[in-house]
Amino acid sequence: MSDILAENKTIAAAPSDGLAVLESQRSTAETFGIPLAVLAELTHRCPLQCPYCSNPIELDRGGSELTTGEWKKVLSELAEIGVLQIHFSGGEPTARKDLAELVQHATDVGLYSNLITSAVLLTREKLSALADAGLCHVQISFQGNEPEVADRVAGLKNAHERKIEAAKWTRELDLPLTVNAVMHRQNLHQLADIIQMAVDLDADRLEVANVQYYGWALKNRAALMPTIEQIDETSRIVEEAAVRLKGILAIDYVVPDYYALRPKKCMGGWGRQFFNISPAGKVLPCHAAESITGLEFESVRSNHSIAWIWQNSEAFNRYRGTGWMKEPCKSCEFREIDFGGCRCQAFALTGDAGNTDPACTLSPMHEQIFKQAELEAAAHQDRFLYRNFAGGTLETEGEHGA
Amino acid sequence: MAASRNISVSEASRPKLPRHARLKFDETRQVWVILAPERVLAPDEIAVEVLQLCDGVRSVSEMVDQLAVKYAAPREAIATDVVAMLQDLADKGFLTEVREKTS
Repeated sequence: MSDILAENKTIAAAPSDGLAVLESQRSTAETFGIPLAVLAELTHRCPLQCPYCSNPIELDRGGSELTTGEWKKVLSELAEIGVLQIHFSGGEPTARKDLAELVQHATDVGLYSNLITSAVLLTREKLSALADAGLCHVQISFQGNEPEVADRVAGLKNAHERKIEAAKWTRELDLPLTVNAVMHRQNLHQLADIIQMAVDLDADRLEVANVQYYGWALKNRAALMPTIEQIDETSRIVEEAAVRLKGILAIDYVVPDYYALRPKKCMGGWGRQFFNISPAGKVLPCHAAESITGLEFESVRSNHSIAWIWQNSEAFNRYRGTGWMKEPCKSCEFREIDFGGCRCQAFALTGDAGNTDPACTLSPMHEQIFKQAELEAAAHQDRFLYRNFAGGTLETEGEHGA
Repeated sequence: MAASRNISVSEASRPKLPRHARLKFDETRQVWVILAPERVLAPDEIAVEVLQLCDGVRSVSEMVDQLAVKYAAPREAIATDVVAMLQDLADKGFLTEVREKTS
């Protein structure tokens, strides 16, 4: 070892992306090694009504949610089988009164915990209790950089102001902060200001995430779809900021697929390195997977272990690897690069989750969705359908959900 | 604030892992990992050894002395490697520095 050190080899080449390293050892795609991180959707209840919500249209009711005891058992089991990180999400996870107890349990079993929150229900005391329980990181969503746009998108009055306050408490408590900004046609003009807001809030990280069109966002696509000019401008702003803010603010950028040439490697490949657990305890390959009809998902309330569900359940195996593929994916040189893109998007746009994601230029539908995106972006149909348990409420003239 | 960002690592630095970066031994995979938001890094064994010395009290200079003795290697070469490795981690946001308290 002293030789390696003296020869200046290993140290300079030090930590690389852990997933690649772990997969090169034993957590390979072929053996479906247990994921490093799992998303726990504690509840679908949420005071916000964002029209691009990633939750399914059919929301889990409060009464069907896993109990505190059930979630604790899940967390213990996850840690035991080798999961390292837990993302507490929703809905709004702070709507659960037992959140601090669950964070404490995650800490006790050795899980790295991340809170993905809208922050509007937080108080300084609640946040402080979460920090004391061992919370490692806080991610707060923002809908804009000022209340007018942000509160309208969120469908909640004073939401923006409360988020700003919660973000300040986060940093005062010395918790690391990620600002998550979901971008679309009606707030992309604020991107430069949102980046500055993240710097001013002393955030460590900013996620600039273009809306992905499933579920609620698909219903609202005409009101959200950006123009191609906006996307070009966005890329330019993000690239410039990433260089300028190196070492101050890390920026992750999620590009919109409708204008992409190659599809995204959705979830790192179906059933390959990610799963999430729904409020009612279903183990899902992604948070939108329930939108694909005809797939049966197993629950943590079943007699099966989570590891069994991950490795053996029909839903996880249906689109795992490359064996399920049809042309053009089947013989495509990129089939193990992007795994055919997103199954939910393929289902939503073509009616068959086994088709190539139309975000891919090789999909026979690509041209069509690209044109549709351009048309919708130009049509200026700006009314939102707000997300709620009643199947959505259309925004009314002059009276926004806020 | 207890920690500062955008640090420049030198032998005088007293670095430590920030709260959001946790060094942990993964029992399942039998490998050391750094857990960070949306990321898992797999540091090699030398990086792990250096990171375990990053307690916010020890200076980089003291770490280098310690490693030079342990591996009977030239101090200068070790210093170059350690500073480069820590700076790389700092640039990625996985290392911070404890500021002198004024109180």
